Amino acid sequence: MIVDLNRFVETSRPRWLRLEEFLRRMESDPLFRMDLAQAEELNSLYQHTCADLARVGPMAAEPELKQYLEWLVSRAYCEIHESRIQPVFSFKKWFLATLPQTFRRHVRAFQLSLALTILGAAFGAVALQIDPEAKSVIMPFAHLQGSPSERVQKEMAEKGERLSGHKTAFSAQLMTHNTRVALFTLALGVTFAFGTVVILFYNGVILGAVMFDYVVGGQTVFMLGWLLPHGVIEIPAILIGGQAGLMLGYALIGWGDRTPREQRVRKIAPDLVTLAAGAGLMLIWAGIIEAFFSQYHEPVVPYALKIGFGVVELLLLWLYLTRGGLKR
Amino acid sequence: MAVPDAWGPEEMKAQLVIEAPEGVSFSLPLAGPGSRLLALAVDMMIVVAASNVIEKVFSLLSLLSNDLGGALGLVAFFVFSTGYGIAMEWGWRGQTVGKRMLGLHVVDAHGGRLQFSQVVMRNLVRAVDMLPAFYLLGGVVTLFNAKFQRLGDIAAGTVVVRKQDLRVPDLESLLGGRFNSMLSYRHLAARLRQRTPPELAALSLEAMLRREDLDPASRLRLFGELAAKYRELVAFPPEAVETLSDEQYVRNSVEIVFRPRTALVQ
Repeated sequence: MIVDLNRFVETSRPRWLRLEEFLRRMESDPLFRMDLAQAEELNSLYQHTCADLARVGPMAAEPELKQYLEWLVSRAYCEIHESRIQPVFSFKKWFLATLPQTFRRHVRAFQLSLALTILGAAFGAVALQIDPEAKSVIMPFAHLQGSPSERVQKEMAEKGERLSGHKTAFSAQLMTHNTRVALFTLALGVTFAFGTVVILFYNGVILGAVMFDYVVGGQTVFMLGWLLPHGVIEIPAILIGGQAGLMLGYALIGWGDRTPREQRVRKIAPDLVTLAAGAGLMLIWAGIIEAFFSQYHEPVVPYALKIGFGVVELLLLWLYLTRGGLKR
Repeated sequence: MAVPDAWGPEEMKAQLVIEAPEGVSFSLPLAGPGSRLLALAVDMMIVVAASNVIEKVFSLLSLLSNDLGGALGLVAFFVFSTGYGIAMEWGWRGQTVGKRMLGLHVVDAHGGRLQFSQVVMRNLVRAVDMLPAFYLLGGVVTLFNAKFQRLGDIAAGTVVVRKQDLRVPDLESLLGGRFNSMLSYRHLAARLRQRTPPELAALSLEAMLRREDLDPASRLRLFGELAAKYRELVAFPPEAVETLSDEQYVRNSVEIVFRPRTALVQ
């Protein structure tokens, strides 16, 4: 049956326009907060518009009006039924509490990320021991192809001047590249974590092969002095990227969890973003240290100082991640 | 609850239907791979253009310090290329420049408000969608997904819909203010209103609302067919309708059907 459309529109139009005005205000200002009276009015307008849509819905005669009301209801629906809280962001609170708490909440994913890297490192070390000729395949980086002793002698002779004049650019390059790797490791979680596992294992293979090469070459102290100052932050940051990727993969697979896939992913999404941002922050620090500190060796900077610096950093990072944001 | 609806060969038919607890359902038209690809092309052009500007700006800074200029240029490019999609979609409630030009926007797959974490996730996973090159993986996934979601959308729980910017139908300006000769025969007008099937009424109103969008030949043919349908329903005396064009005949009929009170007291 066809209603008196003109009368219906004229009677209801003020309500629809008022609802539109409300929605426009809410959409243009993400921080807009309603008082009780406004919330009641919005709810009333929404309920009335839903009723109008229900009235028009079964009739085929008013497609334009039905489309308009559906559009209005769809916009109001997302404001009325959204139950996820959007807290006001505070960097201080995020850094001191949210990030370490999030890390601990998913610590098992981090442990798995670490285990995969260690497994890869063991594989890299064993592979290099069995077949030293495979060095160019396992470590496809020009500066790692020679013997460790030769490199150490060269670096000591250069006294850290190799990067002179472009340390800042080198630092920026490290930051952006490593952040890309960490974010990519996270993103690969969407392949049901298969890609994340591959990246973590491969990173481990390179790391294990490099460490084995330097230890066997009698340059353990140089290696620790070179890797520890930035590595103790850089490697955990990549592992945190892996942690987030494994969480995403686990949520997509949903072992033993019967809630719908979309709900599982929505539940962890804020935590993934927190971990991604944390990894990015750590890699900024690691990039600065690698360019401005790690590249200096003895006699410019004593190895003991570099190793000590790395150990202190690792200790602080461990304290931060395990104790940060604990409720007293 | 969101379910894909009205499947057909054309992407225009794909819709996301949300059933609200209030007992009504509404649908959002899903954006297909074609329009999304165009929006992506626009955004990529913006990123490339901005990268060139960034390079030029920081090359000027390199005159002062080559090292600092290079470093800031690298960081600025990284921040822009990674953050463009995130900043735009968050600031513009699900739209980038490309999406705005194509009339698309990102929404929560359950009809809820788009969250910051969702925006970040769909943009981070873009790196995987781009694999192995030219968005091949994301493109293939989109083609086989019922809601046209790429991997980033699946991870973030989002869909891309075509934006509707609708207004209350303004029947007054469409139908009002003109003499309707058919109303001189009120009993025939009442009969026409009684006999007009809803489908014909809806089609006629739609035709009236969109008549300016039609090319002249299609417009003549459409209104000719519609007028013929109305003539079959009720025969008005020749003096009432002989001077009317097909479009005027349809307009008068639509006024009788949709504005009975206003029309019949004229």
